[in-house]
Amino acid sequence: MTNTYNASRTFASPHAHGGSGVRHTMVRVQFALLPATLFGFWLYGWPAFFLWLITLLSCLAFEFMSLRLMGRQQIGRTLGDGSALLTGWLLAMTLPPWAPWWVGVVGAFIAIVIGKQVFGGLGHNVFNPAMVARVALLISFPLPLTTWVAPLPLTSAAAPGFVEGLQITLGQMHLTDAMSSATLLGYAKTELSRGVDLVQALAGDHAPGLSWSGIRAGSLGESAAVLILAGGLFLLVTGVIRWQAPLGVLAGVAVPAAIAHAVAPGHYLDAGTHLLSGALMLGAFFIATDYVTSPTTGQGQLIFGLGVGLITWVIRSLGGYPEGVAFAILLMNALTPIIDRYTKPRILGRTRAGRPIDPPPVGKGA
Amino acid sequence: MGLMEKFFGLSWGIHPEDHKRPAADAATRTMPVPERLFVSLSQHIGAPARPAVLVGQQVKKGDKLADPQGAVSAAIHAPTSGTVTAIGEIPAPHPSGLPVLAITLESDGKDEWAELQGCPDPFALEPAEISRRVAAAGVVGLGGATFPAALKLSLSQKSRVSTLIMNGGECEPYLSCDDRLMRDEAAAIVDGIRLMLHATGASEALVGIEDNKPEAIAAMSEAARPYAEVRIRPVPARYPMGSEKQLILVLTGQEVPADGRPGDVGVVVHNVGTARAVHEAIRHGRPLVSRLVTVNGACVGQPGNIFVPVGALVEEVLAFAGGLKKTPERLIMGGPMMGMSLPHARVPVVKGTSGILALDAAQVADRAQEPCIRCASCVRACPIGLLPLEMARHIQVGDLKGAVGVGLKDCIACGCCAYVCPSHIPLVQYFAHAKGEMAAQERARLRAEATRKLAQARSERLEREAREKAELAARRKAERAAAAAAAASASPAVTEGAQA
Repeated sequence: MTNTYNASRTFASPHAHGGSGVRHTMVRVQFALLPATLFGFWLYGWPAFFLWLITLLSCLAFEFMSLRLMGRQQIGRTLGDGSALLTGWLLAMTLPPWAPWWVGVVGAFIAIVIGKQVFGGLGHNVFNPAMVARVALLISFPLPLTTWVAPLPLTSAAAPGFVEGLQITLGQMHLTDAMSSATLLGYAKTELSRGVDLVQALAGDHAPGLSWSGIRAGSLGESAAVLILAGGLFLLVTGVIRWQAPLGVLAGVAVPAAIAHAVAPGHYLDAGTHLLSGALMLGAFFIATDYVTSPTTGQGQLIFGLGVGLITWVIRSLGGYPEGVAFAILLMNALTPIIDRYTKPRILGRTRAGRPIDPPPVGKGA
Repeated sequence: MGLMEKFFGLSWGIHPEDHKRPAADAATRTMPVPERLFVSLSQHIGAPARPAVLVGQQVKKGDKLADPQGAVSAAIHAPTSGTVTAIGEIPAPHPSGLPVLAITLESDGKDEWAELQGCPDPFALEPAEISRRVAAAGVVGLGGATFPAALKLSLSQKSRVSTLIMNGGECEPYLSCDDRLMRDEAAAIVDGIRLMLHATGASEALVGIEDNKPEAIAAMSEAARPYAEVRIRPVPARYPMGSEKQLILVLTGQEVPADGRPGDVGVVVHNVGTARAVHEAIRHGRPLVSRLVTVNGACVGQPGNIFVPVGALVEEVLAFAGGLKKTPERLIMGGPMMGMSLPHARVPVVKGTSGILALDAAQVADRAQEPCIRCASCVRACPIGLLPLEMARHIQVGDLKGAVGVGLKDCIACGCCAYVCPSHIPLVQYFAHAKGEMAAQERARLRAEATRKLAQARSERLEREAREKAELAARRKAERAAAAAAAASASPAVTEGAQA
């Protein structure tokens, strides 16, 4: 019995592992997105599915190209970690479901190449790639990014079929006025800018509904706010994310919204509308909790979330854009290093400032 | 762990699968003394012991083989009777497998004890005498750190410690030797604890036992019942509960200062196995020559706890434990969290060997490293409140100062961070590397300092010599000039003549 055991390598302790993995985490997040995504496919039909598919495949393709260009080893394994897929999925959730194909491709390029790989790949990007892409698309191509379609469930007669859906995604068919619709945030912003009081505007016949069931205009990640919330709760329960950032985001929007609405209901939307509108739920549970671009400690995540929520409300209520989650997240991403710096945990046996604590007087209890 | 605690992220440490049973429930076995024992002279923290025997010398079991050397060191005794056949180098029980000095003892098969001097009434002895006898028996901390026990006892006496904390946490997965000792020899341990109370002058002993060992808690509570000063305190099972600072925090609520020792908060920590060794040393006069070792892991034939003489080879211990069922993926001395991987099984058991683990691939769960995704699992797991991901990033770019700035020196290398890391980053290896690198830099700095001082002294000396030479020359010149002047004044004609 003079066997040697892997003697060519030196192993550092620990010699056991808890079993978690990057891929495992990414798959769980994707699983949490699934209900809202499927609901979106049903609600907006084939074009929504095609756009989603194109965005995901483009992300994988750009990730592959970047890794090849950088001469990375084991490209297959990196592609398989699911991070590019998740970025694409999150981006697709924020796009208008009937947007043409190139929106998905350009978005994927911005997200993967500019948002992530130029920084050094997974774990090195400062800004959330999906949000970088979303904001860049919105500023560069405002028209397709703000053209929303009224819900046409797959089961309804007017829903486009497979071929028709393909034509829509390929940009061969233009939306008629009857098909398009505004989101509630967009409608409110337009009416306000026309000088119409919100109380009247929302009571009008043309006001888009805001039903909990999610049958309304918006992106995949917007209309199904309740399903997104459910997915978020699943992530919370399974320990993939923690409560601080989501709660911060929701509170950061709801508290100022409630106060402002109580003071001037004609100018400010109520808290419930804010919470169910736009990409707020998606942002709170899936974007603000992005490990790479958010602070590492619970305290830091709470500050981060509150910042995202507050900036979102400010942009929505006072800014030029009807929606501000993506901008808010990018702004707070930039602040993450400094938040991290000021929210370090206290080291055992040291004060917060890092000096050793004073020992208690000797002889206590002796 | 309370819900609130989990919610607010106050939960330090991890909850690894403990894998302690069925090995912990198997009856304790005693390994027969092998033909040859290899007794390392580095059985403890500190300087290696100095051999006190000659090659060819006959020894009885318990005879002293080596004397302590230096301030921190411990004596070593013969684990069996026989002949000293060699004093030389053998492979060390260390991942490097580098040689270490050892005494080779050939057993005569009789396993005969030397004449032992027990003490029927040790409480009549002076505390210092107890420390002296513990030192003479070569007792070291059996929890793994192997700090000489007597030294700790006498230091506690000096720093007026009020509480003796007995570490029965045994938080490392797989290991159950302390558990088994507490179940089987509770009375001896409690007696050892009382002796240590006497030796340290502490007024009470708190025995912290993780609540995943109900049998040990029951046995110890029963044994400690007559003694009010010995209190059994179950603590939640959580790794690293057995870490000194953590156990003190949980049992007394006191935090040891980062630059201090437990004595600063009036506490000293000993392992329960050490208490039994103290009992053996004082009551029966038996030195520490064997210990209980947990042999465990998926590759071991009959996992369990085995009394092993110090110096037996790991391969002999494995053979006694039913042999290996399959080739282990990794062989470990100690626990899986902080133990050392062994390059091969031909290394001897030492006093600090709490476990021998032969793990298969599934248990090791070794996977390729992936990039850090900043998930902060390591931050939540760290029992000290460090930022392992930040430390690793600093170390990756060679910024050791930055790593120290985020707490490298406070790291206890418990391995929680690497255990939870989804990217399988060998964080502990980074930290060990950085600590080693810093030690090397410190040595280099000292050497440079010494060289600089020498060079400075040399140039000062040369300068002084030159100065002295110049002064001497000037003085002589002046003397000559004075003499010449004197001569000139005596015969001016000569001078005038010279001028002409």
